[in-house]
Amino acid sequence: MLDPEILARVQFAFTMSFHIIFPSLTIGLASFLLVLEALWLRTGNDTYLSLYKFWTKIFALAFGMGVVSGIVMSYQFGTNWGPFAEISGPVIGPLMAYEVLTAFFLEAGFLGVMLFGLNKVGPKLHITATAMVAIGTLFSAFWILSANSWMQTPAGHTFENGRLVVENWFAAVFNPSFPYRLAHMVLAAYLTTAFVVAGVGGWHLLRNRENAAARIMFSMALWLITFLAPLQIFAGDMHGLNTLEHQPAKVAAMEGHFETTKGGTPLILFGWPDMQAGETRYALEIPYLGSIILTHSLDGEITGLNDFAPEDRPNAAIVFWSFRIMVGMGMLMLLAGLGSLWARYRKSLFDCRILHRFALIMGPSGFIAVLAGWVTTEVGRQPWVIYGILRTADAGSPVSPIAIAGSTIAFFIVYAIVFGVGTAYMLRAMRQDPRHAHIAPGEIYRADHAGVVDHIDSHKH
Amino acid sequence: MDYQLIWVLLIAFAVFAYVTMDGFDLGIGILFPFEKNAENRGKMMNSIAPIWDGNETWLVLGGGGLYATFPAAYSLLMTAFYIPVIIMLLALVFRGVAFEFRVKSRDHTNHWDFAFAAGSIIAAAMQGAMLGAFIEGINVQDGHFVGGPLDWVSPFSLFCASAVVVGYALLGAGWLIMKCDGPLQGRLRAIAKPAVIWMAANLGVVSLMTTYLNPAYGERWFSTPNIYILAPIPIVTIGLMFWLWHAVKRREKTVFGITLSVFFLCYLGFGITLFPNIVPPIISFREAAAPDNSLSFLLVGAAVLLPIILGYTAYAYYVFRGKVDDTGYH
Repeated sequence: MLDPEILARVQFAFTMSFHIIFPSLTIGLASFLLVLEALWLRTGNDTYLSLYKFWTKIFALAFGMGVVSGIVMSYQFGTNWGPFAEISGPVIGPLMAYEVLTAFFLEAGFLGVMLFGLNKVGPKLHITATAMVAIGTLFSAFWILSANSWMQTPAGHTFENGRLVVENWFAAVFNPSFPYRLAHMVLAAYLTTAFVVAGVGGWHLLRNRENAAARIMFSMALWLITFLAPLQIFAGDMHGLNTLEHQPAKVAAMEGHFETTKGGTPLILFGWPDMQAGETRYALEIPYLGSIILTHSLDGEITGLNDFAPEDRPNAAIVFWSFRIMVGMGMLMLLAGLGSLWARYRKSLFDCRILHRFALIMGPSGFIAVLAGWVTTEVGRQPWVIYGILRTADAGSPVSPIAIAGSTIAFFIVYAIVFGVGTAYMLRAMRQDPRHAHIAPGEIYRADHAGVVDHIDSHKH
Repeated sequence: MDYQLIWVLLIAFAVFAYVTMDGFDLGIGILFPFEKNAENRGKMMNSIAPIWDGNETWLVLGGGGLYATFPAAYSLLMTAFYIPVIIMLLALVFRGVAFEFRVKSRDHTNHWDFAFAAGSIIAAAMQGAMLGAFIEGINVQDGHFVGGPLDWVSPFSLFCASAVVVGYALLGAGWLIMKCDGPLQGRLRAIAKPAVIWMAANLGVVSLMTTYLNPAYGERWFSTPNIYILAPIPIVTIGLMFWLWHAVKRREKTVFGITLSVFFLCYLGFGITLFPNIVPPIISFREAAAPDNSLSFLLVGAAVLLPIILGYTAYAYYVFRGKVDDTGYH
C-alpha cells in the first residue's frame, strides 16, 4: 500500500478533483454574472441586480475555494513529481506561467472591484471589472487545457542532450487534441453552472412559483442547457474521434474493446472489463453501433487493447465506467433541455413540478460529469504521464512514502473540513430568497453581528 | 540577450513582490491575537479583502515561474522543502477561505478568526524557515536531493522563521496604521513598538549567523573591496530601524514605507550573499535554467503583461485608497 507512485497519484487525483469542481462553477458563473449585470444596466430592472448580488455571494465562495486549492496544485508538481517537473518544465512551465500572467492576475486584480467596488467606481467601470474576471476565467481554461493537452498529445518539441526542447511554440500550444479539449471543457463548465443555476431556480420555484427572480434564473439556465447539451454531445464525439487518432489505447479502454475488429464492431453498453482475462465479461452489446460511432462507417478497423503491450495498457475497468457515467449525465442533460422546450411549448415552464424537481436533482450533474470526464482522460492516458515520452512510474519525487502518505492524509482532513464548511455555506447562500439578495451596502459586518442576516433568513415564504 | 540572468532577476522580483504584498496580508493575521474586538478585526480584514487575492498570486507566479524557467531548481527545492511547503499550503488554505467564511458564519466567527490567525502565522513561519534552510544550503549530489525530510529544521532556520513572522507583523501594522484611525490605530502603535525591537535583534542575529554559515558568505561581505562597497547596506538598515522606532509612535504613512525599505535591504543582502546560486551551495542559476527558447518565449509575454498587471493592480489599490470603511457586498 505504501507504494510512493500510487500514493502520489492518489494525492494528485484527490487534490485535482477537489480543485476542478470550483473552476467548473466559476468559469460559467463569471460569464453569467456579466450577462446579469449587462441586463440590469440595460433594463434598469432591479430583479437582475438582486440576481447579480445573489450569485455573486456564491461566486465569491467558490472562487475563494478555487484559489486556495489551485495554489496547492501549482506546487504539487514539484513536491510529488520532481522528475516530471524537471523534464516538462521547459514546455509546460511557460504555458502555466502564461496562465498566471494572463488569467490569475486579471481575475484576482479585478475581483476586489467586482465584489466590493460597486459604490466606489460606478456602473461602467464595475461591469468592466466583471468582464475582466469573466475573461480571466476563460484565459485560465485556455492555458491549463493547452498544458494538459500537450501531456496527452505532445507536439512541437524535440530532444537535445536528453532534454525536451520546444522547436515550435505554436505547434506545442495548439497541439492536436487542444481545440477539442478546450471546447469540451468550456462547454462543460457552462453546462455545470447552468445546472447549478437551474437547480437553485427549480428549488425556489417549488417553494413559490411566483418568485420573479427564480423564474428568470430558471428560464435563462434552461435556455442555455437546451442549446449547449446537444452541442456538448457533438463536441464530445469530435473529441473522441481525435482521441482515437492519437491515443487508440485510451479509446479501446473506454469502449471495453480487447480484440481488434475489422468492421462490424458492436457498441458495448455495459459490461465488466477484465484486465487479467483480456476481455469484457457480461457485455451487453448493440451490433455495428461501435463502428458507426467511432469510424462513422460500418467497416472501419478498431484496435483492441490486446494489441498493445501489457505494460502500455490503461486500466479499462475504471475508464470504461467513468466514461459511461459522463455520457449518462450528458444524456440526462439533453433530456432536461428537451423537457424544458416541451414545457415552454405547453406554456408551463414555471408550473411543471416534475421539471422543477428534475432540475433540482440534476443540480450537481455537471460536477459528476466533469469529474468522470477527467478521470476518463487522465486514467486513460496511463501508464504515461506525458504520452509516449515519460511514464508515470518514472515521474515521482524521491520522497519517502511516509511523507507522501502523511501529506495525503493531511490534505484529506483539511479539505474535508474546509470544503465541507464551504459547501454548507454555499448551500445556505443558495437557500436565501434571491429577491432579497440586495442588503444595503455598508452592512457587511454590522449586519452579521447585529443579526440582520438571521432576520432575513427567518423570512419564511 | 542573457535570458538566464533576466529570468533570475524576474523570479527574484516576483518573490520580493510576494513577500511585501502578501507579507502585510499575513501580518494582519499575525496581529489578530493582539486585537480581540470583533468589529476591529472586521476592519482589519476589510482593509485587505479586495486586494489579498492579487497579492497572493505573486506566490503562484514565483512557483510557476521557477518551474518554467529553472525547472531543475524548482524540482530540487520542492523535494527538499516537501514538508514546509505542504504545511505552508495548508495554512494558506485556511487563511484564504477565512475571508469569505468569517462573514458567512453566524456563530463560528471565532473559529475562522482563529483559522485566519493560525494560518497566517504558520504560513509566515514556514516561509521564514525555508528561507533559512535555503541560505544554509541544500544537500545535493549529482543533481538529486539526498538530504532528509527534516533538514530544513535548524537553529538558524528557526531564527529566520521568527524574523519573517515579526517582519510581516510590522508590515501589517504599518499598513493598518495607514488604513485605520482612532483607538484601533493607537492599539496597533502599541503592538508595533516591541515588534520593532524584536525585529532589530532578530535581524542582527540572522545577519551575523549568515556570515558564519559558510566561509564563502563571510568572504563575500568582509573581503576588500567588498566590505566598503557593501557596508552601506547594514548601516542604512540600522538607521532605518531607528527611524522606524520613532515613526511607529507618531507617523501615519511612513511606518509602512520604512518597513518595506528594511525588507528590501535584507532581501538585497540575501541576494548578494547567495548570487549566483539558485540552489545553494553549489547549483548556479545557469546550470538549472530551461533552454533559451523557453525563456525567450515566456519573456515576450512577461515583458508585455507585467507592466499591465502592475497597472491594474495599482488601479485596484487606488479604488480602495484611504481609510478603511465598513462597506462590503454581503
